[in-house]
Amino acid sequence: MNRRWQTPWRRRGSISKSGADRAAPPRAAWAFLAPSLAGVLLFVLFPFADTVRRSFFDPMGGSFVGLANYQSVLANSAFRLAAKNTARFIAVCLPLLLVLSLALALMVRAAKGGGRLFRTTYLVPMAVPVASIALLWQALFAQNGIANSLLSAMGSRPVDFMGTGAAFWVLIFTYLWKNSGYDMILWMAGLDGIPQSLYEAARVDGASNFQCFCHITLPGLLPTLFMTAVLSLLNTFKVFREAYLVAGSYPQTDIYLLQHLFNNWFADLDLGRLSAAAVLVAAVLLTVILLFQRVLNRGDEL
Amino acid sequence: MNRPGKRAKALSRLFLFCLLSALALLVWWPLWSMAEGALMPLDELNAALGPVLAGREGEAFWPLLPSWPTLQPLAELLLDTPQFFVMFWNTCKLVFPTVLGQLLVGAPAAWAFSRFRFRGRRLLFTVYIVLMLMPFQVTMVPSYLVADGLGLMDTLWAVILPGMFSTFPIFIMAKGFDAVPDALLEAAALDGAGPLQTFFRIGLPLGMPGILSALVLGFLECWNAIEQPMTFLKTRSLWPLSLYLPEIAAEKLGLAMVSSLLMLAPSVLIFLFGQKYLELGIQSSGLKE
Repeated sequence: MNRRWQTPWRRRGSISKSGADRAAPPRAAWAFLAPSLAGVLLFVLFPFADTVRRSFFDPMGGSFVGLANYQSVLANSAFRLAAKNTARFIAVCLPLLLVLSLALALMVRAAKGGGRLFRTTYLVPMAVPVASIALLWQALFAQNGIANSLLSAMGSRPVDFMGTGAAFWVLIFTYLWKNSGYDMILWMAGLDGIPQSLYEAARVDGASNFQCFCHITLPGLLPTLFMTAVLSLLNTFKVFREAYLVAGSYPQTDIYLLQHLFNNWFADLDLGRLSAAAVLVAAVLLTVILLFQRVLNRGDEL
Repeated sequence: MNRPGKRAKALSRLFLFCLLSALALLVWWPLWSMAEGALMPLDELNAALGPVLAGREGEAFWPLLPSWPTLQPLAELLLDTPQFFVMFWNTCKLVFPTVLGQLLVGAPAAWAFSRFRFRGRRLLFTVYIVLMLMPFQVTMVPSYLVADGLGLMDTLWAVILPGMFSTFPIFIMAKGFDAVPDALLEAAALDGAGPLQTFFRIGLPLGMPGILSALVLGFLECWNAIEQPMTFLKTRSLWPLSLYLPEIAAEKLGLAMVSSLLMLAPSVLIFLFGQKYLELGIQSSGLKE
């Protein structure tokens, strides 16, 4: 899969000495880039640099305070709770999402003719705005909601979904519901990228379905795994929408996420701490992204 | 080769379809309920959902079929509720300029990344990828600083401008431009076409799948956006539907159901017509640089 996208670059490199390069001088490249670059610099990079600077200054008087903002953030109990919950959410839902979406991809492919309908079906939740299903979710998971009606009809005790630790699992369910389709498509593209000839050769050698899966499919999906994991990891931050619309600014403590914290600090215009927290989150994510990129590049050399 | 019996094969196929259908129900049931809730008469709706949303006694339920389907809530919404149109229009005013801006700013930039080799290209593209992967919480303070500095706080521009310069569509469009064959560009260069002509005559038409992918993904994202408007818009009359919907739910159940459905409609329509491009876009998002 990676190789498919690399060939155009290499080919282009080889023609760079011909007329194509003269017709397209670097100056033209910068002209094409200019509007976007100006916007990114003005709206993201410069203000982010300012955010980094502010994270070292007192938000009121503007005097240099060193790491005081960072200390205050890290010592803050709400921040610790939110960071812990966010980490727990990611640690639980990322593996679940990857396994579930891979299972969906394999099943939809196995269904052949009927797969088309299911593929569309599983992708639909992506297009469903959270706001428009928030009502339904509230009706489903309230104390006297539909899920509990079903539970009591089956003879088990009602669960206080939004008021106990169960809220965490409701959020996980919602996230899986909404994002499995996206990852399923990524997995399917990865599966398509594994050459059919490998399977044919293995079958000639008498390999079983299971052996083929373990020795051809799984290794062949490794590059897909990395990209899918990165994209899903960063998508987990959007689960705030569901959490906020269903449970508000101060939900049950297990689903009080970093996103809630940022929002609430923003409402107080606590810019010093907010800047420090933003820099911390950016630093952690940047490390993760660069690590993944490292692993990806190493995978290429093999 | 170990060939399983025909019967076993049919059975496993049946099992597969049952499993897939069960999972599909998890998608279809909520959508069906949304459509159905919008057709339910108000008294039935109140009886069904009142316990949860209006704090009444009893347990909530959601009938599979409305006992007496009616278009009355829809009519009421369309005829007697001007706020709804304001909110709907607000959403449009946020979404369309953002997506259009992404196209105008992003397509040339994507072309540059895909087709030119210049000093700093690799570094800059890495920066763009990192930016596209950063969640809103990281860019929240920077966006606020700019909006505040330019006096744009509490205007639609505070949401539109940062969205316009999102780097995600550029990544998707660049993947689309990568698929344009080099031979065409060489031929154009031999014919004496300049960079602009090449871009408009060859790049845009042939890169259209990538562009459409970026537009579909951008639309779905903007239509669904909650964080940005919530952070930068304080005046309620500027709020898009996504923020306003949860507010009306408590008071006017019937209206809330219909407006939920109407909010869902454009998104699902774009999905159905653009599914091919949506899938293409998702696939390109998974391709490493």
